[in-house]
Amino acid sequence: MRFIALLTLLLAPLGASAQNWEDQQLFGTQNIDAPLRILSSTDTSFFAPIIEDFIASNPSVSVQYLATGTADIDRIFRETPFDFDVVISSAMDLQLKLANDGFAARLQDVNHPDWAQWHDSLFAFTSEPAAIVVNKRALGLLPIPNTRQDLIQLMRDHPEQFFGKVGTYDVRQSGLGYLFATQDARASETFWRLTEVMGGINAQLYCCSGQMIDDLIAGDLAMAYNVLGSYAQVRADTSNELLVILPSEFPTTMMRTVLASATAANPQTADDFVRHLLTLQAAGDPAIFPLPPLSTIEANEGQTTISLNPALMTYLDQMKRDAFIREWENAIVQDE
Amino acid sequence: MTDNVNVSGSLRNRLALILTGGAAVLAAILFIVVRALATQVAQQGQDNILNASMSSILDTAIIRDGQVTLDFPYSSLSMLGTSADDRVFYAIYENGSLLSGYDDLQVPNMPAPDKDQFTTSTYNGDPIRVATGARTLIGSNGPRIVSVSIAQTQDALSATLNTISRNVALIGLGFFVLSSALALWAASVTSGQLHRLTRSVTRRGPQDLSPVTKAVPTEMGPLVGSLNTFMSRLDHTLTQSEDFIAEAAHRIRTPLATVRSHAEATLQRVEHTDNRTALQSMVRAIDESSRAAGQLLDHAMVTFRAENLETETVDLIDLLGELVQRMAPVADMKDITVTLQNDGPAVLSGDAILLQNALRNLIDNALKYAPAETAVVIDVSTTPSISIRVLDEGAGFAPDEIATLSGRFIRGKDTGNKVGSGLGLTIAKEVTTAHGGTMSLQNRPEGGACVSLHF
Repeated sequence: MRFIALLTLLLAPLGASAQNWEDQQLFGTQNIDAPLRILSSTDTSFFAPIIEDFIASNPSVSVQYLATGTADIDRIFRETPFDFDVVISSAMDLQLKLANDGFAARLQDVNHPDWAQWHDSLFAFTSEPAAIVVNKRALGLLPIPNTRQDLIQLMRDHPEQFFGKVGTYDVRQSGLGYLFATQDARASETFWRLTEVMGGINAQLYCCSGQMIDDLIAGDLAMAYNVLGSYAQVRADTSNELLVILPSEFPTTMMRTVLASATAANPQTADDFVRHLLTLQAAGDPAIFPLPPLSTIEANEGQTTISLNPALMTYLDQMKRDAFIREWENAIVQDE
Repeated sequence: MTDNVNVSGSLRNRLALILTGGAAVLAAILFIVVRALATQVAQQGQDNILNASMSSILDTAIIRDGQVTLDFPYSSLSMLGTSADDRVFYAIYENGSLLSGYDDLQVPNMPAPDKDQFTTSTYNGDPIRVATGARTLIGSNGPRIVSVSIAQTQDALSATLNTISRNVALIGLGFFVLSSALALWAASVTSGQLHRLTRSVTRRGPQDLSPVTKAVPTEMGPLVGSLNTFMSRLDHTLTQSEDFIAEAAHRIRTPLATVRSHAEATLQRVEHTDNRTALQSMVRAIDESSRAAGQLLDHAMVTFRAENLETETVDLIDLLGELVQRMAPVADMKDITVTLQNDGPAVLSGDAILLQNALRNLIDNALKYAPAETAVVIDVSTTPSISIRVLDEGAGFAPDEIATLSGRFIRGKDTGNKVGSGLGLTIAKEVTTAHGGTMSLQNRPEGGACVSLHF
């Protein structure tokens, strides 16, 4: 498909070959020659207790956990779908397109809310808002920005203080960043003004939330926009310099999704794992399920949570994507 | 009643079968038609949404910097969300080359601008519905035809159709059950009219040949009309034959009586021995003829009455007592004692005239064949069932004739010069049979004949 080819080309600067994982880890001791291969964008630390719990109830299974970025996941999985059994990603649009294009297996009679699944093949299991994260020390006495408007005002008023010290996703590299950006743009014009202001003060672009949080703690960044709130909150608990703010006008909330590969080598184990994951989500024991479970209240309001709908594929259209990236680059990459 | 009627099939069953069969066919037609209609409507619904989505994408096509671009809104695809989460595919072509979307989606070749098309095909083995539209954009280097195809799987559609099919099937089944119940009811009501007529005809007495006057449905009119005509003809014929019997009795007995009285008178006047002997023979012959005529008429009457048996309660003891009394003069002439003995009241349901006739014939026979100064016994016993035995002390029956004696006009060989027609036992036997009994002839061990009637 031309779409994939273009996507691959676009992501080529990453230089990520299929083996160049952010992290990879093997769980379990049995059948390590044929492990359940999970392709995931989630940090291993969040998933370790879930996988260990799964292996505890299925001792004959071993799990290979392969972590990489959302855009990489989409590219790698489309190239070699038969190499992986389960795909977990925060990029809902890419995941939905995978399911739409027939890469996901349909799991029958999964007990899961309707709004949190699509086509019996894509299942959401977390609710995670995009947050503004600030370093309290770097912010000093300046007011804490509670909305995007506050953020714009703050950067306009103190461009020297924030020059080069504001971070956000590079939407060209990160699938999740692209999803957050397009959903923001869909919701409000504020997004473009914010992007322009950030471009004006030489905003730093990141592939992943983790690195943004690292740089915030190190003091290289004073503020970051559209950081995964769940990751930031975990770090804020250990570092009292971080402050996680959910924009009060509309926090864009993403649902992490899982699908079982239609060409899985271990289809039954993949099916079992997805069901096990959803069961843990429903139980909501933070010791075993450290991720924020589905928030039913927000989902009912249906305003801020990105819903699983074929419309998610709109911004994945090549022409739409090209136009969006072009506009985004014009706004943020002003020094080129 | 229907034992000797040639019966083939049942009117009610046939009617019920035709009506329920019709209902089944109608229910099937209802199911097929409604399902076809529902399919059409559901498909129309999907087509409308696909068309709206396709148009909203096509409308955004513009030429910018010499390039065709389509900046279609989020709603274009979000309107395609269905309860079954149907998958969505699209392809955008410019002058036949792919601009964006799925290159393996089957779309119509060279779609005509401003004319929407709907096609059905498959994508990765799943059935899909494709809406295609095209527009002509005029650029600096000539016209460009932009075509947009939007495809959707049909999971929600088939789920809807399955629900409709199930409901329509239930409605069809309900319709069939209701129609069947109505059909059975209609059939039994219709055949009920026939049953009512049958009952009213069956309930009639044997002599009742009056026409059926009860109101009957139009369709049964001709049948009842024919029945009435037939019965009136039968009634007429029966009356005629009764008249004939009476007429015959009159015509034969009266002249014979006249002839006999003349012969008796002549006998008084004739002196010559030869002539007297001839006249005496003549009188005997006339007596014999008169008795034969009487017996014949009796037999004809018995036959008629036995076929149309009218039953009443008959006290056999009374009846026999009366008979014995009436025949006492005959018995006295031969010094025969007639004894009537019984072990209790014997009451029978039957035709008194017939029974009297039969028993009179038997007693008459006994008196006729018994020697003078003997005893004739009439014994009535009521256990286990009613039986009457007439016993005499005469010569008894010839053993080789016992089986045939009760036939018509059969007489014993040794009857000598006794006057008889050979009908007495026949009458007794026919009357007994008409009352559901049997007659048997035996010789008594101590000598004499015994005729037994068992009812």
